[in-house]
Amino acid sequence: MKYGLFAILLLCSSIAFALDGHLVIHDPSTVVSCDGKLYTYGTGGSSLVSDDGWTWRSGTALPRRGLAPDVIHLGDRYYVYVAANIGAQPKAAVNMIWSKTLDPSSPDYKWEEGGVVASSDGIEDSNAIDPGVFLDPTDGRLWLTYGSYFGYIRLVELDPKTGKRVNDNDKPHDLAINCEASDMMYHDGWYYLLATHGSCCRGADSGYNIRVGRSRKVTGPFLDADGIDMIQGGGKLLIGSGGRLIGPGHFGLLDLGDGVQKFSLHWEADLDRGGASVLDIRPLLWKDGWPVAGENLKEGTYAIESVRTGTVLELAVEGMPVGGPRQRPRPGGMFAGTGVAIPPQDAAQVSAKWPPGNIEPRMANYLCQAQQKWTVTAVPNVGGYPGSPYFKIAIAGTDRALAATTDAELVVLPAFTGAPEQLWRIDQLADGSWRISPKSVPNSSKPLALSAVGSSFATLSEFDPKSDKQRWLFKTP
Amino acid sequence: MRSLPKYAALLILAAASRAATQVSWPTLTKPASAQSAPDADGFIQRWLLLEPIPVKGLGDAAVQAAVHKEYFPGQFTVIPHDADKVTVDNAPLTWYAVDTKLYNVNLYHFAHALRKPTSDVLFWAVTIVNCPREMSGVRLAIGSNSASVWWVNGQEVIGIYGDRQTVIDDGVSKRLTLRKGPNVVRAAVINGGGATDFCARFLDAADKPLKGFTVSLSEIHE
Repeated sequence: MKYGLFAILLLCSSIAFALDGHLVIHDPSTVVSCDGKLYTYGTGGSSLVSDDGWTWRSGTALPRRGLAPDVIHLGDRYYVYVAANIGAQPKAAVNMIWSKTLDPSSPDYKWEEGGVVASSDGIEDSNAIDPGVFLDPTDGRLWLTYGSYFGYIRLVELDPKTGKRVNDNDKPHDLAINCEASDMMYHDGWYYLLATHGSCCRGADSGYNIRVGRSRKVTGPFLDADGIDMIQGGGKLLIGSGGRLIGPGHFGLLDLGDGVQKFSLHWEADLDRGGASVLDIRPLLWKDGWPVAGENLKEGTYAIESVRTGTVLELAVEGMPVGGPRQRPRPGGMFAGTGVAIPPQDAAQVSAKWPPGNIEPRMANYLCQAQQKWTVTAVPNVGGYPGSPYFKIAIAGTDRALAATTDAELVVLPAFTGAPEQLWRIDQLADGSWRISPKSVPNSSKPLALSAVGSSFATLSEFDPKSDKQRWLFKTP
Repeated sequence: MRSLPKYAALLILAAASRAATQVSWPTLTKPASAQSAPDADGFIQRWLLLEPIPVKGLGDAAVQAAVHKEYFPGQFTVIPHDADKVTVDNAPLTWYAVDTKLYNVNLYHFAHALRKPTSDVLFWAVTIVNCPREMSGVRLAIGSNSASVWWVNGQEVIGIYGDRQTVIDDGVSKRLTLRKGPNVVRAAVINGGGATDFCARFLDAADKPLKGFTVSLSEIHE
């Protein structure tokens, strides 16, 4: 019994780890999709692959091993940039290799050498490692940032048709200093330079943290929120160590479309995994023109509030005021209260009158009542999506589970069975609110999301990133 | 007291009937045409309203019990006419055809002008939506002060409960199909106290106001 309980606790606690499966990697590349799978490549030939972005396994090593690769998909090619020191640092070179697929089982899996695209001679103020490749969405030009603590983070232009350097003789642009693992992204008229500050490769003693500056031009200058140029050591914090996860580094943008963005990183030490360096994926939020690291949803009991209406999702049953109906006349006057704390209302207190079968959900003003509290629990062994597992959403203290119906509406079932329409994907959106989507909707191939329709009802509909209808808040009840 | 001559009693009844049908409401008028269109925001402005019936309670169970009690024959099927009468608990109640000047139907104005109670009462409302073609994936969207239950072509599609004010699109049905031709929309609105009103429209698949139909108070077959 003791061991059984321990096993349950271990199972429950395992879902709090960063991702699931085999995650050990250092300096992961940007996560890219190829034929339905997600791939990332790390230092020393390490590679991870996933079918869903939640559970990862070891992948096939690249033919060219080295330091901190980065990868980009352009046209029918996957270009990988991988660096290696030539003797002692800071003499180094970034090589490019390319393949038409990342899937080793494909007949098209064949790597071609593309040559050196950037280098450092060991004397200049640069260490040509840690490449980060960036396609400018405004004009289609391709750029490579690189560099480490010896001198500058530098920028050179690549040819998007070949992945090679446009002109080997062009002088690189100096962008930043005292950092490494740089990468770039574009958002709403700004170029953002992400770079990792702090010390690497020291396990739980690593000071790695990811910082950002922005510029109107791809060539900089990149200033942080205080106006300090990254070439003078500036950088606004995007994410640092937190909880039992130490030393985040190597930002990689994972744009899922519809305004849903996430980023990959590695932790120098996951204390729950013996201090291993592991992959993670976090939501990428935006506030006042700056990227902000979001959080994947944690298990818990919540009130689920519509951003559009301010009302909360509830089981459509007649509510009982918390503490019972108001007594009149009340000693001390009608606004005096009882003088003691009113205990929480849970389902066991009020559910005797609830119908035993299916009940529809609806929305109502939040009153802290039992039918308004939902327990969100990760469901093991059913897969997930980038950053998170699928969740069960059930009325707290019961097994009454929210589910999608065949007509793209909602129902609360009397018991959870684990069917796909009872599993929920919960993605944090750029403003910090959440999109809640069923894993599947019976008889529908469209991706649908929980949507407020009117003030008092919810349904499923296609996600509209411009609307508040499908934005939800998870609040502590 | 001396009894009135028979013809005098008839005159009084006739005068009372005229008074009932010529009552002046601040926001309601008598329909002047056979059909109307929804307003610019899709709200249905033409309704048949029954004088209020005394009821108690706004909670889910009390409202469900109140609206499913049979007060008069054909309660869930009849399409009444202006000035039709029903008897509820031995009291004669009259149906009134009205157009509202606003997006909402002010039941307080309606009942108050008739010198009827406005608190702890149930109002029945009926209208007919005439569609030129079948319209699928639409939703009935209503607001009411206070609780209300709604039916489309005999199917209960919305119930909202408790003490609440009218908010546009407060209660919204699941997706439904309006058939070509007449579709009967029926509502029971229960007020606890104070102001009372409702509004109703249909939303299309994109949650935009549905238009392209007409509203009448009798079935129109084209």
